Amino acid sequence: MTKQIIVPFGPQHPVLPEPIHLDLVLEDERVIDAVPSIGYIHRGFEKLVEKREFTEYTYIAERTCGICSFIHGATYCQAIEQIMNIEVPERAQYLRVIWSEYSRLHSHLLWLGLFADAFGFENLFMGAWRIRERVLDVLEQTTGGRVIQGSAKIGGVRRDISGEKLDAMVKDLDILDREMKDLTTVFLEDESVKHRLRNVGILSREDAYHLGAVGPTARGSGAAFDLRMTGYGAYDRLNFQLVTDSCGDCYSRCLVRAKELFTSTDLIRQAAKKIPDGPIDVKVTGAPNGEFFMRAEQPRGELVHYVKGNGTKFLARSRIRTPTLTNIPPLVKILQGCELADVPVIVLSIDPCISCTER
Amino acid sequence: MVFFEMTKTALKSVLSKPATILYPFEPAKKTDLSRGHVVFDGSKCISCGICMKKCPAQAILVTKEAKTWQIDRFRCIVCNSCVDTCPAKCLSMDTQYTAPVSVKGVEVFTITYVKPVKPPADKAGAAGE
Amino acid sequence: MMLPPQSITPIEVGRLVGNVERFRNEGYRLVQIGCTKVADHYEINYCFDKDYMFEVLRITVTADTEVPSITGMYWGAFIYENEMHDLFGIQVKGMNIDFKGTLIKTRVKFPFSQAAEKVATPKPAPAKAEPKKEEAP
Repeated sequence: MTKQIIVPFGPQHPVLPEPIHLDLVLEDERVIDAVPSIGYIHRGFEKLVEKREFTEYTYIAERTCGICSFIHGATYCQAIEQIMNIEVPERAQYLRVIWSEYSRLHSHLLWLGLFADAFGFENLFMGAWRIRERVLDVLEQTTGGRVIQGSAKIGGVRRDISGEKLDAMVKDLDILDREMKDLTTVFLEDESVKHRLRNVGILSREDAYHLGAVGPTARGSGAAFDLRMTGYGAYDRLNFQLVTDSCGDCYSRCLVRAKELFTSTDLIRQAAKKIPDGPIDVKVTGAPNGEFFMRAEQPRGELVHYVKGNGTKFLARSRIRTPTLTNIPPLVKILQGCELADVPVIVLSIDPCISCTER
Repeated sequence: MVFFEMTKTALKSVLSKPATILYPFEPAKKTDLSRGHVVFDGSKCISCGICMKKCPAQAILVTKEAKTWQIDRFRCIVCNSCVDTCPAKCLSMDTQYTAPVSVKGVEVFTITYVKPVKPPADKAGAAGE
Repeated sequence: MMLPPQSITPIEVGRLVGNVERFRNEGYRLVQIGCTKVADHYEINYCFDKDYMFEVLRITVTADTEVPSITGMYWGAFIYENEMHDLFGIQVKGMNIDFKGTLIKTRVKFPFSQAAEKVATPKPAPAKAEPKKEEAP
């Protein structure tokens, strides 16, 4: 019987700047259990609905996360639109898809960089972030914000993208695609990277599905679901394939994200081609009365915005279930039985966004 | 087996211009739409207080009696909500970010707008006719 | 595009475990558990999904009802149940990992509960209005 010791991981850790704490129970070098704790930066967003009008809450909902901000804002707006029966103009729906996909590109590139940093490949990390800068530039040129776009509003979007700009964006996508191809080849083909990621942190399909894993964490294990398939917004008019892999290790999760980059650029191209002319918003009058669970696909997985209105301009309840919160139980399961040295890589492989989790 | 896949990218980086800029010496990137900070024009403000009500961060305080408009730049989240809703168009968004300061505080502006006397008189006249 | 309306099935607390077990056996995954305060009681929504079919079970409880844990069927549910306990003060019986109120540490205990509402509302309201006036020169 070996002696058990407890090693704390986080809330401050060189590899993960976000505050999650894990108590790792070790036997020699092997982790036999991990107890997560969060709650270091709880911001009480859900409580704020009682003080802010539902229209202004869009800006607050968007600031839930600093990476996938646009999708948070748009999902919240969609929930309200469902309750109030607002038909959003076609052009606005396509614009939402375009910005959502750019957000996904920027989030995945950010993650690939951080992941490279976690397994000790600094040069690759900088390469990923250099490409990400291209995406951020487009976001700033079209919305005015690099990471907080603030362009979603109830009933449509706040800004339009001109036809010339769209053409220029599509042209830029070719350069982006080329650069991303070079980048992802290193992630997926390089032997040293493969050696570090293969067979590390395996999550079976069964576990992924029933423990509530979402997004690339679930798809990397072969649980094939992507909320974009439900066809919210303009996604039902665009063609794309789900990216899945069956191994369930860190490499698979990396592979899913790397391939999703190209799905996103393809979706932007399709949307830019199909986007119709017309108004970008409709006037919203009245207040929501009813409830709706709006689900959307974020870069990290399925996001749920539950909104309950009571007929006044202050909502009764808003609940935001972020993908990372539901990815924590699978993470605990993956960590059981892994080596201590692999813990940072495994924790990063689920793409944790703890600030998101602590609404 | 693929080794040294990164060499291509690394060589390219060596031979090309740096991707970064020497920030304080070269100006930072900006676009026409960049949200930097809110600019207030006191000569147009009609003290309606809509910006104060619509501010999600409660950064703006309009005092009708004292004729002041103040903003707490540390609370402001630069969401553009006040600029969008201002009926008198006295607010605008500048692309320059707020300069760093060492003391927290609010910026106070005076509202210099004087309600023109003519239009109401005209209306009264029209109603009279 | 309008999405189809969602069906919410209200059930009694006693029948919760049986119903969740049925979902588990039919191959649904747990999407989320969320709690809402409505007047003097709480609504707890259990959301499930299978091939994009979305199902919601709803139980209505009071502050002192003990809710059975569903961690026996869905191991990962502990994160929602602990959150529910820490924010709303709902008593959940039989969780596999019970943080005993330490998952989310808040200054006001159970900030979303009615008890906190009664204590907290009279105090912060004037306190919040005052600093704004102090800022005025």
